[in-house]
Amino acid sequence: MTHLQREIERLKRKILALGAVVEDNLRLAFQAIEARDADKGHRVMVTDILIDDQEVEVEEECLKILALYQPVAGDLRFLVAVIKINSELERIGDLAANIGERAISLAQEHPVPAPGGFAVMAERTGAILEKALDALVRQDAATARLVLAADDEIDALYRGLIEDLKEIIRTYPEHLDAIVLLFHVARYLERLADHATNIAEDVLYMVEGEIHRHEMPNTPAELFRWDERGM
Amino acid sequence: MVGTIVDEPTQMQSPATVVPPRLEVAEDRRGAGEDFAALPNEIAVRGLDFFYGKEQALFANTIDIKKNRVTAVIGPSGCGKSTHIRAYNRIFNLYRDQKAKGEILFDGANVLSSQTDLLDLRRRIGMIFQKPSPFPMTVFDNVAYGLRQHYRLSRSDLSNRVEDALKRSAIWDEVKHKLGEPGNALSGGQQQRLCIARAIAAEPDVLLMDEPCSAIDPVGTAKIEELILTLKSKYTIVLVTHNMQQAARVSDYTAFFFQGRIVELGPTTKIFSNPAEKQTEEYITGRFG
Repeated sequence: MTHLQREIERLKRKILALGAVVEDNLRLAFQAIEARDADKGHRVMVTDILIDDQEVEVEEECLKILALYQPVAGDLRFLVAVIKINSELERIGDLAANIGERAISLAQEHPVPAPGGFAVMAERTGAILEKALDALVRQDAATARLVLAADDEIDALYRGLIEDLKEIIRTYPEHLDAIVLLFHVARYLERLADHATNIAEDVLYMVEGEIHRHEMPNTPAELFRWDERGM
Repeated sequence: MVGTIVDEPTQMQSPATVVPPRLEVAEDRRGAGEDFAALPNEIAVRGLDFFYGKEQALFANTIDIKKNRVTAVIGPSGCGKSTHIRAYNRIFNLYRDQKAKGEILFDGANVLSSQTDLLDLRRRIGMIFQKPSPFPMTVFDNVAYGLRQHYRLSRSDLSNRVEDALKRSAIWDEVKHKLGEPGNALSGGQQQRLCIARAIAAEPDVLLMDEPCSAIDPVGTAKIEELILTLKSKYTIVLVTHNMQQAARVSDYTAFFFQGRIVELGPTTKIFSNPAEKQTEEYITGRFG
């Protein structure tokens, strides 16, 4: 094994470790919301500081390898993908921290019934992230494609959830503040799935050498549907 | 936002009508996006075999060298890179037991034919070697030497052509006040550019460069690489190099040689970002060779 390969193996372990921490923290954030647990919310926010540190460390490692070894071909694509996945993980970490923050606020509000779609969306979003990281670990294009396909499902869940939340506002207008917090969380989950999708796209690039982002719609009608996806 | 779009869809531009702003700086595409097959060939090699005595060093090499492009030839030591390009101007004929079979088509004729005028061939396919090899004469005479061999020129024509060759080799400003000094008193990088001037003074079509920078420091190397990029507008360049970064920096197309065979030829950007062959990937990422 060459020096460069050893560095790359080390970097791989680091990015996977970061992925695992982000995944755990996200799970904790879900629990904080579900259980209206301010303490867990705080823990999520503290862990995010560690995630930020790790992100900087991974990036420095990437820059060092680029500067010292000038990698090419598969090694180069791996480095580029890690730099991008690293930022995606950091953003997912931030969204988990935001969810934790909302959990702290929710704990102080009057309990409101959360729509059933919430648990489903949280579960699916977590599963998508897990799959994306799995694709990264195994450098597996097929798994990455499953993640890309699943993003539309999350978007549909999100739209359904927004409708349900509107209904709850009509039923419990007096708990508007708490319901607005739930709106935020729904939005964070939807964004989170987008970042997980980006990770899958980066994995596809790493494995196949083709850039899959921004596959644009062709007709105006498709464009509107496409624009609506992100709302 | 979404509401307005849905209400007035006709006001939205469809993606097809959105014109991206033009970039002012010309893009360095390096072979990417070009139709390789449609580019004119300078040299077309077909089924080239090469022998050192009884030992075969090249096996059925087939490759197109495109006009006004830089083609880099890479591969581990002993893979046949230098042997391959040394066949183009038949410099191997200086050695009795070396022979080549197959076709090297250049300007409509097979270079390997017994009809080939070797002096003219070597004028048209110039060569730069690994070790700078100025003749033991003045800077001026180094460049003038080949011109005197090939052309009858008046004194003033000769000195104009020498000056022109030195300018095109990006060395004029450094030697214009020492044209009468010995060529081998220059620095290594300057000597190499002097050799390039000597080659291009004879107005070749092709420049073969066999590891032109391996004995040159980084500053000299950078100057030669810059020079290669400007020379390609006028000449076709084939560059043998052990330096992967150099191949990546200056060439449009890269050919990977292994054990006397051409494993892969492709746009340099493709070879260095996503090569098709596993052997190429393993070599350029340093996993073997």
